[in-house]
Amino acid sequence: MKLEFNFSGTGGQGVILLGVIMAETAINEGYNALQTQCYGPEARGGASRCEVIISQDEIYYPKAQKPDYILCLSQAAADKFAKGLTPDTVLIVDSLIDLVEDPGTEKIYKLPIVDTARNKLGKEITANIISLGAILEITQLFTKEALLESVLDRIPKGTEEINIQAIEAGIELVKNWNENK
Amino acid sequence: MNKKALLMQGNEACVRGALYAGMRFYSGYPITPSTEIAEMSAVLLPTVGGAFIQMEDEIGGIAAAIGASIAGKKAMTATSGPGFTLKMENLGYAVMSEIPLVIVDVQRGGPSTGLPTQSSQADVMQTKWGSHGDNSLIVLSPNSVTETFYLTVEAFNLAEKYRTPVVILTDEVIGHAREKIILPEPGEIEIFDRLPPLEDRPYRPFGVEEGDKVPRFAAFGTGYRYNITGLYHNESGFPSNSQENAKLMLERIHNKLKDEEIIKYEKYQMEDAEYVFLAFGSTSRSAVAAVNELRAEGYKVGLFRPITIWPSPEKAIDEIASKVEGICVAEMNLGQYVLEVERIAAGRTKVSHLGRANGDILRPEEFVNHAKEYFNER
Repeated sequence: MKLEFNFSGTGGQGVILLGVIMAETAINEGYNALQTQCYGPEARGGASRCEVIISQDEIYYPKAQKPDYILCLSQAAADKFAKGLTPDTVLIVDSLIDLVEDPGTEKIYKLPIVDTARNKLGKEITANIISLGAILEITQLFTKEALLESVLDRIPKGTEEINIQAIEAGIELVKNWNENK
Repeated sequence: MNKKALLMQGNEACVRGALYAGMRFYSGYPITPSTEIAEMSAVLLPTVGGAFIQMEDEIGGIAAAIGASIAGKKAMTATSGPGFTLKMENLGYAVMSEIPLVIVDVQRGGPSTGLPTQSSQADVMQTKWGSHGDNSLIVLSPNSVTETFYLTVEAFNLAEKYRTPVVILTDEVIGHAREKIILPEPGEIEIFDRLPPLEDRPYRPFGVEEGDKVPRFAAFGTGYRYNITGLYHNESGFPSNSQENAKLMLERIHNKLKDEEIIKYEKYQMEDAEYVFLAFGSTSRSAVAAVNELRAEGYKVGLFRPITIWPSPEKAIDEIASKVEGICVAEMNLGQYVLEVERIAAGRTKVSHLGRANGDILRPEEFVNHAKEYFNER
């Protein structure tokens, strides 16, 4: 088993932390994992991307070669990565994003991640943890408990409750999507 | 006991390794992609009674680390290309005055401020030749988070054992990547501390006692009064203008690093290899992936990975050069270490270069295509 993930968005949206938590959960669950990041010289704003490879075997080349899952949280990220995909690639985009080009896959989840973060949880910075819940529900790669353990390990003290809510919200978004599509 | 596997970043593994080896002082000036080394040192050093200081610039960063080492503490500084350039003068000073010191260069794209957040291996010649004079030092290149930990421990051990600056030449990919690591328990790896003066005889700050590799080190502030200078100096440490002394001293500083135990490398699928990739650092990981792919298709390729970059693993490369049809040196630059390999191969085998310097790590398919082209044309 080898899975490659590409998470992208705007600097400050937390896509790198999202990848770190995915990789950490994978290692806790006995897999090999490798996470790399790509960002511009800006501290905030600008494009930010994070790749995670999860495998049962050794991981040599450290970058994703053909991502199995692509998450785009910003229009700029989608313009860059949500195209030229193979039909078996799963594409997860925020519902605010316009997919102008044909991404090449029909396995698309359009989820109101940023809206849920902003309006339901009241904190836009939870978009990455909501995404994590969504990815968990889509991939079924880990148990919710395993994922929560890594989330709680990596977030600031005092934010446990809202992050647990964010995971649940992400799971719900995927369930709703599957029911309504 | 089943030890817990952790997810750790290369730069953090460097700090953990440094602390394992006994680092008690860090001074530097933060620069991407090395900044996490400063950050982690600032957090962790005070917990072991050590000190962290952010200096006014990179020159101050290495200067303070040299001072701390002279005062008896194991010291480290970390930087990237633009900062490494600034450290050259004091790097040479540490070579000349034989100060144990670890300098980390997390390479990014250059020249100048270049590509701050992207990778490169274009400082490989600078580590050896960047400071003036006939410079000699040790340079180690890790290719994983785990190896970053172990080589940082090794770097401190070598610095102490040979009284020399040791450069850990890593790059943005290895420095920033997070992957699995299982940390060793204290005591699992041997830690070497510089040898103190012998009590039964007068201290000769730069004289080598019988059976020793290098002069014994009296930390400043422990009761010994002596001089340290970047000028050629005699055994007492005071400047000497004698040409005879200069010759002997430079030879000694050079020859102390000719110890074969400094040289580390790894061979992968080399037994029957007809064509060999030579790669280090992050690039070597792409090479392993490519060798696996090519071997599966029946191509007899192998990988030679220098871990000690300088002094170069001359004997091992010499042996390969006399055996194989060709060596391809792969590096994220326009052609640097290939010059060293060409020198050693001396025309006995075809040496070629596979390189790129646009911030992106060489991809396995580039190795595969290169090898197939070679086998198709031979």
